Amino acid sequence: MSDAIYYQGLVKSMMFIIILVSFAPLVIIVLIAGYQYSIVYEEKVEAHLRELVLKHDQSVDSYLEEKVAEIQVLSEVIDIESLADQSRLKELHDALVRWHGTAFVDLGLIDGRGIQVAYSGPYNLQGVDYADEAWLREVRERNVHVSDVGLGRRGVPHFTISLRLESKGREWFLRTTLDFIAFNRLVEDIHIGETGMAYIINRQAEFQTTPRRDMTGEIPFLRELVSDSNSAIAKGRASMTIQTNPATGRETIFVTSAIKDGDWILVYQQETADAYADLNRSRDLAVVVLLLGGVAIIVMAYLMSRRMARRIERADLDKESMNEQVIEAGKLASVGELAAGIAHEINNPVAIMVEEAGWIQDLLEEGLAEGDNDREVQRALNQIRTQGGRCKEITHKLLSFARKIDPTVKHFCLNELVHEIVALSEQRAKYANVVIETSLADNIPPLEASPSEMQQVFLNLVNNAIDAMDPGGGNLDIASRLDGNQVVVAITDTGCGIPRANLSRIFDPFFTTKPVGKGTGLGLSIIYGIINKMGGTISVNSAVDQGTTFTLRLPVGEVADSAACEVGGGDAA
Amino acid sequence: MPANVLLVDDEQGFVETLAKRVANRGLTVNTALSGQEALDFLDKDNSVDVVVMDVKMPGIDGIEALKRVKAAHPLVEIVMLTGHATVESAIEGMKSGAFDYLMKPCELDELLSKVNEAYDKKQAHETKILEARARHIVLRRGD
Repeated sequence: MSDAIYYQGLVKSMMFIIILVSFAPLVIIVLIAGYQYSIVYEEKVEAHLRELVLKHDQSVDSYLEEKVAEIQVLSEVIDIESLADQSRLKELHDALVRWHGTAFVDLGLIDGRGIQVAYSGPYNLQGVDYADEAWLREVRERNVHVSDVGLGRRGVPHFTISLRLESKGREWFLRTTLDFIAFNRLVEDIHIGETGMAYIINRQAEFQTTPRRDMTGEIPFLRELVSDSNSAIAKGRASMTIQTNPATGRETIFVTSAIKDGDWILVYQQETADAYADLNRSRDLAVVVLLLGGVAIIVMAYLMSRRMARRIERADLDKESMNEQVIEAGKLASVGELAAGIAHEINNPVAIMVEEAGWIQDLLEEGLAEGDNDREVQRALNQIRTQGGRCKEITHKLLSFARKIDPTVKHFCLNELVHEIVALSEQRAKYANVVIETSLADNIPPLEASPSEMQQVFLNLVNNAIDAMDPGGGNLDIASRLDGNQVVVAITDTGCGIPRANLSRIFDPFFTTKPVGKGTGLGLSIIYGIINKMGGTISVNSAVDQGTTFTLRLPVGEVADSAACEVGGGDAA
Repeated sequence: MPANVLLVDDEQGFVETLAKRVANRGLTVNTALSGQEALDFLDKDNSVDVVVMDVKMPGIDGIEALKRVKAAHPLVEIVMLTGHATVESAIEGMKSGAFDYLMKPCELDELLSKVNEAYDKKQAHETKILEARARHIVLRRGD
């Protein structure tokens, strides 16, 4: 159960790392590149719009200036009498129409009182009184006047150019109407995207050209926009603002340029979304790609980390079974180490039996009647039986130990186990001149572990201790005591000790100081694994030429029947 | 004159029975239960010709005892007894001057023939030494 949680955690952390590592550069690139691209693109669009407006305000201005100049040429070249003459004026107008197309719609001369004295054009406006018109006042002041577009008397949108002339102390006004349609075309052609369009308004936000769509709703907003005569919008050329257009409710770019000495304003407007449509499209594309990529990354990260976690799980399982095999092998190795002693131990009774059998044969050849040969045969047979019993004991001891390792956790009595190991090692110790002493506390409760694994632990430690004291012999002391809820077992030898340099490495697998072929270097690492698995600790204290103490601290299992052990220990003794 | 044999093994039962059987075949037999005991015995009694000794014994083990016997009594021949797991130490023993080795348990006849061979060798050695001594005396007299 906890394993499943562990592997799930593994999947999560792996997934998190994969996603982080793949997403971070992607997001950073998209953000940086997107930001840079949008800045550059916006600048480009702005520059383009400004350029467009500049070009057109110039052309509008030059169109007006040109027309004014042409009328001015007329007024200077032709005298008032000719202008006042209806037929001459008609000729003049015809010539203008011939050479300037329909630009000049009509031509008229007005005297100082405001009465049109001569007129040539499509409307009948001769004799009309303009005395109260605003334009007349303007032209008196400024000599030249270009009017706003208005419906005027004829009910058709038009605008006029008026000049003040002076001849023989009297003042005259030459007035011509310009073709509104041709003028309108100057700005009407500006047409970009869905919403981009240009128009001209005056200071009162009255349209001087016909916008492409009905914009009556936007007039108050435009009036506000251009009303401040000192603002950059009113004064500057191609100044740009971005504002929310209340009529459409959308953010709109306004590029404005003052023309006709600031009387009129050329306005180009386009909704931001429309102006930056390409940018927005590529941004949307990037977002879509990012999202799809993100989904792909997440799915892949999940699948990959799940697969990896599964592999790790399998590897862990393999390792675990390998560990079991290693422990098994280690155990067989330690049994093998015992084999020399055991062989000798078995060999001795066998040798005795063989000799006794031979002796009986000798006696039989002599004849049972001789001397006390009868009793001697009896004694020899008893001896054979005794030695046979010894053999049986030895094989039983060995068999109980060499059984396959069983990792099942059970309650077992430590003292009993120690007695078993001591009995098993006794013969070997005897030949190595080692005296084994045990001082075991009586109150040791049963421990929870695999008994066969614990046998392995103690056999290995005892074997090592005997090896350490090999030539010369010494004392091996096994002591157990209860310390709180831990059982402490100390195995002390008076052997050669472990050099300080090796002390930190003795629990490493394959670390051995024995010659090649003599030791696998697995014994202590297996012990370490077993003790760790049951939640205990193993520590070592050693002084060169003084001896070594291995101290095991083993946790006491959930207290079962602590009396069971004492009874068990009694049986073993 | 039959050989004088010293049997050394830590198993009392083994030594005693073997001693009885060997004695039954007319040899002079003494026993010792450890390497040290054997050395002590040899120091006291220099009539021993052949020592039959187990390789593996507590205290002074067979090989060590062998070396000491050879050092103190070079002419005494030694036959080693060994279980199979200690063949290597038997070979080691041969290198250190043992006459031969036998696997334990062994046939009595085999043991006796080995003991006799060892005894013959010892006697040959002793004869040679006597001859050399005699020649030495003859040479000195010739001066």
